[in-house]
Amino acid sequence: MSGPDEPAVPNASESPAGLAVADLAAAQEQGLAGFEAATTLDALAAARTGHLGDRSPLARARKAIGSLPGPQKADAGKRVNAVAGALQAVYDRRRGELERERDERVLVEEAVDVTVVPSRPLGGRHPLTTLSERVVDVFVAMGWELAEGPELEHEWFNFDALNFLPDHPARQMQDTLFVEPEGSGLLLRTHTSPVQVRSMLDRRPPIHVVCPGRVYRADALDATHSPVFAQVEGLCIDEGITMAHLRGTLDHLASALFDEGSGEGLTTRIRPNYFPFTEPSAEIDLQCFACRGASAVEGAEPCRVCSSEGWIEWGGCGMVNPAVLVAGGIDPERYSGFAFGMGLDRALMFRHGITDIRDFYEGDQRFTLALGREA
Amino acid sequence: MRVPVSWLRSLVPGLTAPAEEIAGALVRLGLEVEQVHRVGHDISGVVVGEVLDVEELTGYKKPVRFCHVSVAPAGAPSRIHEVVCGATNFAPGDRVAFATPGAVLPGDFRIATRQTYGRTSDGMICSGAELGASEESGGILVLAPDAPLGADVVELLALRDEVLDIAVTPDRGYQLSVRGVARETATAFGLPLADPALAEAPAPDAGGHPVVLAAADCDRFVARVVHGFDPTATSPAWLQRRLLLAGMRPVSLAVDVTNAVMLELGQPLHAYDRAALSGAIVVREAEPGERLRTLDGQERTLAGGELLITDDSGPIGLAGVMGGGPTEITATTTEILLEAAHFSPTSIARTARRHRLPSEASRRYERGVDPALPSAAAEAAVRLLVELGGATAGAVTDLGTSAAAPVLALPLDAAGRLAGRDYAPDVVRRRLEDVGCAVTGTDPLQVVPPSWRPDLTGTAELIEEVLRLEGYDTIPVVLPRAPAGRGLTPQQRLRRTASRALAATGLVEVVLPPFVTPEVLDVLGGGMQAPRLLNPLSAQEALLRPTLLPGLLGAAVRNVSRGLPDVAIFETGHVFIGAGTSVPAPGVSGPPTPEQRAELDAALPRQPRHVGVVLAGRRASWQAAISAVADLGLALGLVVEPRAVAHGPFHPGRSAELLLGGRRVGVAGELHPRVIAALGLPARSCAAEANLDLLVETAAAAGPPPAPLVSHFPPANVDIAVVVDEVVPAADVEAALRDGAGPLLEAIALFDVYTGPQVGPGRRSLAYALRLRAPDRTLTDADVLAARDAAVAEAGRRTGAALRS
Repeated sequence: MSGPDEPAVPNASESPAGLAVADLAAAQEQGLAGFEAATTLDALAAARTGHLGDRSPLARARKAIGSLPGPQKADAGKRVNAVAGALQAVYDRRRGELERERDERVLVEEAVDVTVVPSRPLGGRHPLTTLSERVVDVFVAMGWELAEGPELEHEWFNFDALNFLPDHPARQMQDTLFVEPEGSGLLLRTHTSPVQVRSMLDRRPPIHVVCPGRVYRADALDATHSPVFAQVEGLCIDEGITMAHLRGTLDHLASALFDEGSGEGLTTRIRPNYFPFTEPSAEIDLQCFACRGASAVEGAEPCRVCSSEGWIEWGGCGMVNPAVLVAGGIDPERYSGFAFGMGLDRALMFRHGITDIRDFYEGDQRFTLALGREA
Repeated sequence: MRVPVSWLRSLVPGLTAPAEEIAGALVRLGLEVEQVHRVGHDISGVVVGEVLDVEELTGYKKPVRFCHVSVAPAGAPSRIHEVVCGATNFAPGDRVAFATPGAVLPGDFRIATRQTYGRTSDGMICSGAELGASEESGGILVLAPDAPLGADVVELLALRDEVLDIAVTPDRGYQLSVRGVARETATAFGLPLADPALAEAPAPDAGGHPVVLAAADCDRFVARVVHGFDPTATSPAWLQRRLLLAGMRPVSLAVDVTNAVMLELGQPLHAYDRAALSGAIVVREAEPGERLRTLDGQERTLAGGELLITDDSGPIGLAGVMGGGPTEITATTTEILLEAAHFSPTSIARTARRHRLPSEASRRYERGVDPALPSAAAEAAVRLLVELGGATAGAVTDLGTSAAAPVLALPLDAAGRLAGRDYAPDVVRRRLEDVGCAVTGTDPLQVVPPSWRPDLTGTAELIEEVLRLEGYDTIPVVLPRAPAGRGLTPQQRLRRTASRALAATGLVEVVLPPFVTPEVLDVLGGGMQAPRLLNPLSAQEALLRPTLLPGLLGAAVRNVSRGLPDVAIFETGHVFIGAGTSVPAPGVSGPPTPEQRAELDAALPRQPRHVGVVLAGRRASWQAAISAVADLGLALGLVVEPRAVAHGPFHPGRSAELLLGGRRVGVAGELHPRVIAALGLPARSCAAEANLDLLVETAAAAGPPPAPLVSHFPPANVDIAVVVDEVVPAADVEAALRDGAGPLLEAIALFDVYTGPQVGPGRRSLAYALRLRAPDRTLTDADVLAARDAAVAEAGRRTGAALRS
């Protein structure tokens, strides 16, 4: 192979420097070889300077054209341009190839371990918040209102208006957290029912309200008791409200909250019980959402959610005691109503298999992050 | 209430259903049968033995006895066991339940010969509890002296039985008796009830023990004299067994009889040693300071107002709660006065509570005892004392009458209307009769509740009886239709937005109890007035939180101690500020007047909702604390701005008060090193707290925001660097630039802060990027220059800022 600086080729005697046919052919051949031999873009750029640059044989040949007699100029020019065109085409092609190679190499070199992903610290909402919102949404979807009230209450709202007689055991110090001044009747509400009383005083029937909130009892903290817990209650007052309406509402809530996916619905059952503020009163059992009652049959697979009872104790309910309607300013001759309430902590405990109620109230970030991702 | 099923069967002839089925039927009627105990089914090898001798072993921390027990029946070869026993309530000659080696007690407890206290113990003397026959032991079980030696104790006491453990609701006092549960059982199985309360008592006579009723809270008092009682007579096995199964310990024949009658009928009885009484019995209220030694040996000082049984010597019993020591039945009592009375439930409840003395009697009186019972109950007890104790019945005193039961009018369709289904008229009538009501009339029915159902005070209560006896499961299921609603209120929606926004910025929500100590409030700077609990769960945490920070800081420490050093938590919830006041409670015969309502609400301390944030470890920075609230504001459409101010628990140079339209809405920043040290927090921990109600109310009041002018003309971007004194807040410079630049300014952002030699000591350079745009044209160089110069001029005027050269 010959470089650009090699001595002139044949025909030099006929034509001035480099314009001889052989010279141009050599320039073309050497240029082509130079471009093809370049394996990097830098080498290609150097080859371009050597073969197509200002001091290349081709450039010298182009300058020599001026010294030719007129008639030969055109022919020489054509020949030089042909060589230049050929060289340029190869150069362009080769540059394209090398750029593609480079680009591909870069992509390979830039490959990363996609499994190394730093995570942005996540936030989350407490499961009591999200469950409370779910319950409220079920009722709001039926046209009910969300009602709220203070946590530090007067006993008139928490007890008197709810037909707790003055010496009712539930009023006693061992159950209720009372607030100074002594004898003022101020207390931390023991249930969300005072919100029902406030709702009756603030609204005219028909009344459909759902009241979630924190409530308090003088229970020492252990795995199954907490002095603070969360409840949700509902109150419906209108003309002609019956216990059948209560059952319908409970079944609807059970299905909306716990029937995840099947679409078959869940039922509840009610058992007679006593509460001062309702008459008749009942306990609510929820059909086990895990085994749907199948585990209660002898010989069936045991169910951990309901301890193979088939039912889960869920809350209390009843028809609003006429005395409560009277204290709430509602005519019991004309209106009737039902009320129900259940613990949100308890619902979460059996839904998720939480075994220690303290987990709700210790502020451990792991608890919220594990359970608080549900909308 | 523990109800032995055998006892129940004796009052419901024909009841053959197994115990589990009875329990299920009662549950459906609303009795809370918590458990069905099977008693005596897992016991073997326990026989009647006689204690031959007792040697007290000394030198041990507790009393220990070494005894010889013979279990050989008369005439059989001698079989004597030596045994070590920890109980002391027996003497040589007593017949006891003796578990021989190889015996099995409840819980698969196997008895074997073993060495203990340096002796051989070849068996065990059993207590009632060890035989599964009673809840508490109270020493070993002493059997009747005629119990045949060597006999199987389980057979002898008929210990194999089932016991229904029923949790009785406060309105159903009648269920605190076998009679009351038997009535429900009879209804459930459609069987007749053999009512044990029908015993005809002799009429009162002039020779009765004198009694004076001097208190309104006692409306009936029956006193029966019993002569010639044999104090050595003991309770027969069947009586002991009933008491044991029902959870009471046999004491002596006279006491056992009163207890057995109480368990069967529900009427508490009290037996006095008549020889210890002096003069007439007077039922009256206590004077403050009067004293009484009750049966449990406690000397009690009375507050005044307690209902008392007294005689010439003074108080001899807390009526309906507990008798007095000096007049109790003793081992030598031959003359007995039996009391069967009716007391007001609230009076008894108050006394039992005040003296922390819940007793079998007070539990029943509190829930209401059948006021028609005293005479029949006393008669039943007298008959047993005559039959078992060789006594003769004496004179009768019977004072007072109970108020006549009300007549309630029940429309025939009332039950159906409340249930949402129909009940046939004869069903309504029959169900009311099942619970003991006298029913007359057609429509409305005229219903007289039975004396044992003081809870049946209105139609609602009568309706409940019909519904529950017919079964709640027969009530249909219908979804009620509410009027079309308007959804959540704006405030409620905004609170949800706030909670989501906080979580979206990487904060983890926690829910914390609101109880705080005065000490932690002092650490946080003090000066906060918090409501105080009268009966706190822990004496230290007696205050209700006036700020969310104590709980959040405690939770941060807990997370760190559990190996989670990076903490970013928030809580939203009520805080409690100030003190409550006393106002009279309105009555409940109607709604409170608007004035009463306002007064009730004004009595409560303020309880705004707050939002609190705590950041620790790598999540902690004063900027993050401030932006937690500022970003929350943005999510609610509000601009919350920080202003430097030294505040209580915060680092004086790294904290801000947060302003909403010039009004303080919260505080945020790095915590004071003193607070961090006192609470054991990681260094540089940060916090923020704001009034969520104020944020939400402001956002709700703002109304719909106006649309922005979305100009399609190109922007002009200008950077401005100014030099100011170090102490000038960047926010002030920015505000001046913003105002100076005028309406063409679309956005401004601080992008560089420089301090150093180029600007000189005590000065700093702030560089802002401004984006200018006009709504109707492309800006000219002249427009841009004019805006820039005006901005710099305004900043210079307000803050002394100079364009950096």
